[in-house]
Amino acid sequence: MTDAERLAALETSLHKRIRAASDAARSPLSADDIANIVREVVSTLTGDVTASDLKFYSELEELAGYIRHAKQEIADIKPKDISASHIPHATDELDAVVGATEDATNKIMDVCDTISALAANCAPEVNEQLIACTTRIFEACNFQDITGQRITKVVQTLKYIDHKVEALLQALGEEVHRSGGHDTQVKEDADLEKSLLNGPQLPQNAIDQSEIDRLMEQT
Amino acid sequence: MAVDMNMNVLIVDDYKTMLRIVENLLKQLGFKNVAQATDGSMALKMMREGLYGLVISDWNMEPMTGLQLLKEVRADTKLKGTPFIMVTAESKVENVAAAKEAGVNNYIVKPFNAETLKQKISAVLGAF
Repeated sequence: MTDAERLAALETSLHKRIRAASDAARSPLSADDIANIVREVVSTLTGDVTASDLKFYSELEELAGYIRHAKQEIADIKPKDISASHIPHATDELDAVVGATEDATNKIMDVCDTISALAANCAPEVNEQLIACTTRIFEACNFQDITGQRITKVVQTLKYIDHKVEALLQALGEEVHRSGGHDTQVKEDADLEKSLLNGPQLPQNAIDQSEIDRLMEQT
Repeated sequence: MAVDMNMNVLIVDDYKTMLRIVENLLKQLGFKNVAQATDGSMALKMMREGLYGLVISDWNMEPMTGLQLLKEVRADTKLKGTPFIMVTAESKVENVAAAKEAGVNNYIVKPFNAETLKQKISAVLGAF
């Protein structure tokens, strides 16, 4: 029997007994009479809902409320954006750092090669000094390998976080996905000037000076 | 016995800039014949096809790591005597212990300088 059905049965039984008692006495019932009738009716429900059941239901409801609240809080931080936008963007930026330092390192070493070749035409003592200088530059270029490896570790950590966020989203279900939609466009619309402050662009997103010159020449 | 500066030296690293750095440092130390491989399996193939007097290898590479390369070299009857120096950013005690157990001749932690490279090569091949 559902709670609603139980309540309806209780009301019907209560009304019938009050009416019957009222008819029998042909006078309004006293508070004690009503209390006795209610006690009698309620006693017939023993076994359907116990006090411990009620406590259990109450705790379940509290738990459900807590989960609803937690889901809302998670939805508010827009977790879908983390895996769809923030982490891919961060890893792209880090890849760009590795690429840029690699390019710079190669250019530095190109110059060192040129200096070493020119040094061969110099007096022996000058040649020796120049070679010592280029050796120190080559040694310093070690940094590119080390920073590259460190950045790779950071990228792996970000991918691990991404994986965990994705698992959390799966566990919490569609409602978190829906309420946690992308807000990028909203942010841009809300504050256009702020949205223009994006720092260095990734190579594939950037335009070169010649393209800028062309744009400047327009109008 | 003097070190033969004309010997073939094989450097192995998946970072091309690092290969270039090590090659330049070796050339400035006087080594004339330096070859490059970008991972362990490429290096092993080159070693089986040619004669190398020294291998200087990174550890962290794919698909074959420097440690796997070292083990393959030590297990190969023709190659097992090749001097092998590990040059790597892996600087934990257990790494060094594993490399030593696999038969590495010396171990250099990145970043390093030309003097360290020279000292370790000297320790393996003799003074030059």
